[in-house]
Amino acid sequence: MTTDWPLWEVFVRSRRGLSHTHAGSLHAPDAAMALRNARDLYTRRGEGVSIWVVPADAVTASSPDEKDPFFEPSADKPYRHPTFYEIPDGVKHL
Amino acid sequence: MTTAPPSVEERDQGPADLQRAFDEAVAAEERIEPRDWMPDAYRATLVRQIAQHAHSEIIGMQPEANWITRAPSLRRKAILIAKVQDEAGHGLYLYSAAETLGVSRDELLDKLHAGRQRYSSIFNYPTLTWADMGAIGWLVDGAAITNQVPLCRCSYGPYARAMVRICKEESFHQRQGYELLLALSRGTEAQHAMAQDAVNRWWWPSLMMFGPPDDESSHSAQSMEWKIKRHSNDELRQRFVDICVPQAESLGLTLPDPDLRWNEERGRHDFGAIDWEEFKQILKGNGPCNEQRITQRRRAHEEGAWVREAAAAYAAKRAARHGAATTHHNHQDEHRAQHAHDGEARG
Ligand SMILES: [Fe+2]
Ligand SMILES: [Fe+2]
Repeated sequence: MTTDWPLWEVFVRSRRGLSHTHAGSLHAPDAAMALRNARDLYTRRGEGVSIWVVPADAVTASSPDEKDPFFEPSADKPYRHPTFYEIPDGVKHL
Repeated sequence: MTTAPPSVEERDQGPADLQRAFDEAVAAEERIEPRDWMPDAYRATLVRQIAQHAHSEIIGMQPEANWITRAPSLRRKAILIAKVQDEAGHGLYLYSAAETLGVSRDELLDKLHAGRQRYSSIFNYPTLTWADMGAIGWLVDGAAITNQVPLCRCSYGPYARAMVRICKEESFHQRQGYELLLALSRGTEAQHAMAQDAVNRWWWPSLMMFGPPDDESSHSAQSMEWKIKRHSNDELRQRFVDICVPQAESLGLTLPDPDLRWNEERGRHDFGAIDWEEFKQILKGNGPCNEQRITQRRRAHEEGAWVREAAAAYAAKRAARHGAATTHHNHQDEHRAQHAHDGEARG
């Protein structure tokens, strides 16, 4: 028989001060079991101090194929980077 | 995951453009990710390979689980349990990776149970003595590491990432095996003999783990082109032999191959011919434990059915009681407090 347990995406904070990072995914019947399974699967060696589990179908993703047009607005704006600006030698703390 | 509708540019891309983009990404050592376009044959090859790999991890739990209750000390027992649990984890990482290619986990398990997908031939040998736990860790996990380290650079992202996790964990598997064999080898005469016997039995099957010789390996060339595979079977096997020879010396044990010797000219070890007939027989299902392994796997799956059903029924009942629109979101409440604590929850 098929179980049809939903898929969950697992995010782990490896230590305080860092953000949660995607660790992988797993199947579980509900959120509580997903958390327990995530602990056993992704933090067996102290890899985490906090876990998020998110139903995989609740994630909306940009399409990888449209990456050029979708991310284009940021490509032609070099003035957003500090290296764009010329500052005379000798000016300090800038 | 929900996907945004394709952009105009994307719909206008012809098959030739898609193929070219894929080829360029692979050539540039970029990773292919789940929702990228990929050739059907690339996808099918990955599904076959990752599924076989996942099956090997979970079937591989059986020969070692066989000794958990008879481990000679609490220390060894705790180590063996941790190792077998790791192998379950490896299976789960890999099933997840396979699922990103559009197959379901149930489907893969059904195929394993029906004998339509394979697992590594090595697990069809029996574990006759405690020393086999050492020989498996040293040689079988050692061969797996030699195979898997290059897979960390596989062109398919999710597979490569799973392999990175796995390789980190495999190192403990190999070292605990080596240490176990060393203890036996330096022990009583009977213990030393037990260690040597285990190495004698596991050496050749470990060499077979690298697959058929290059001139008979049907999928190799294409897999190398796709950068799924980075080195040929024979190259990896040679590498493994060269690594093992000095390690065996340090153990005070010998490898059961009269033709094994250093070849000054090649700068590598020559070794004897592998019995490929034995390998073929095992692949055909005629190994000493094929029947036992698959029967036990099916039984474990069937006997666990009530647990899976009960958990699903419990989740459904709670979802109904909370009157939530979807089955997934209702238990989030309990964890919201914790999320708020984390400071980054978005409600
Ligand atoms: Fe493993
Ligand atoms: Fe292992």
